[in-house]
Amino acid sequence: MSHTTAVATPEIAPVAIPVRQLAPWALFSALLAVVTLYFVGSEQGATTLLSGTGVHEWVHDGRHLLGFPCH
Amino acid sequence: MNPRSFLIHGLIAGLLGGLVAFVVALGVGEPAINDAIAEEESSAAAAHAAEHAEEGTSTEGHSHGDEEGGISRGQQAGPGLATATVLFGVVLGGVAGIGAAFAAGRFGRLSPVATTGLVVGLGFLSAVLVPWLKYPPNPPAVGSGDTIGERTALYFGFLAISVLAVIGALIIARRVLEDRSAWTASVTGGAFYLGLVGLATVLMAPIDEVPDSFPANTLVDFRVGSLLTQSALWLTIGVVLTGLVHRAWTARAAEAVRLEKAQAL
Repeated sequence: MSHTTAVATPEIAPVAIPVRQLAPWALFSALLAVVTLYFVGSEQGATTLLSGTGVHEWVHDGRHLLGFPCH
Repeated sequence: MNPRSFLIHGLIAGLLGGLVAFVVALGVGEPAINDAIAEEESSAAAAHAAEHAEEGTSTEGHSHGDEEGGISRGQQAGPGLATATVLFGVVLGGVAGIGAAFAAGRFGRLSPVATTGLVVGLGFLSAVLVPWLKYPPNPPAVGSGDTIGERTALYFGFLAISVLAVIGALIIARRVLEDRSAWTASVTGGAFYLGLVGLATVLMAPIDEVPDSFPANTLVDFRVGSLLTQSALWLTIGVVLTGLVHRAWTARAAEAVRLEKAQAL
């Protein structure tokens, strides 16, 4: 058998990425997640930053189907 | 295998997940939403007429049938729904990617592919399945506008407890794994999560607003449709992200093997 399948069974140990390196990515992702979660899930519902109901109406069906409480 | 590659993999997985979720939502979620709105209109029509006759009440309260804020039902069910699922999907995918980057190499000998699967699976459990059981989503026409503040606080509060509890469980499991078996570590972490979330489930107020007259079939169809939409999103993210991580991981392993051989020469 000249075909080795060594690639399929990597025997190297996984190395953890240092927290220092991950922190900025994690922070930015978390902030973006909170903002998106707020606008898709709650804006113009319980609390309102922008006047009107445009955001609420536009994401209305998605908000319901993604499981958020809605009016 | 650095934060950058994990994030890119996550964003790709999230984009695909959002698109799949849109299609599933269109197929299994929208019919129930339309049924609920039809139900609201037929039952509201009578009440509305009486209300308007009494005192020129403004229609500040939310209704669904007609255009609102210039946005039609077709827009809500099409581009509006797509905006929500894709935007939510991409961000969720990115967060899953970073979560997978954190987990890689931090759970014993588990490969990055396995820890990525663990992150997405536990994410689905804690952010979708458990909240769905405690505070199941309701279709339009269910739920009073007066309690939206309270319901929003309860839902997001429970969601936060569930997600933080699962993160806590993982940290505890890692500690236990240092000098005990994987079984002990898993059971300890699992017990911690279930205990905390069980307590929150018992202590936090229920939301009970479905009118007795609301058709049960429409309610069930909507809730199942919502669960399927979210499952489609998370499943796609899980499959694509583990696939991309697997590809990167085998490439790295092959590289390591090559280096080893080169050094042996």
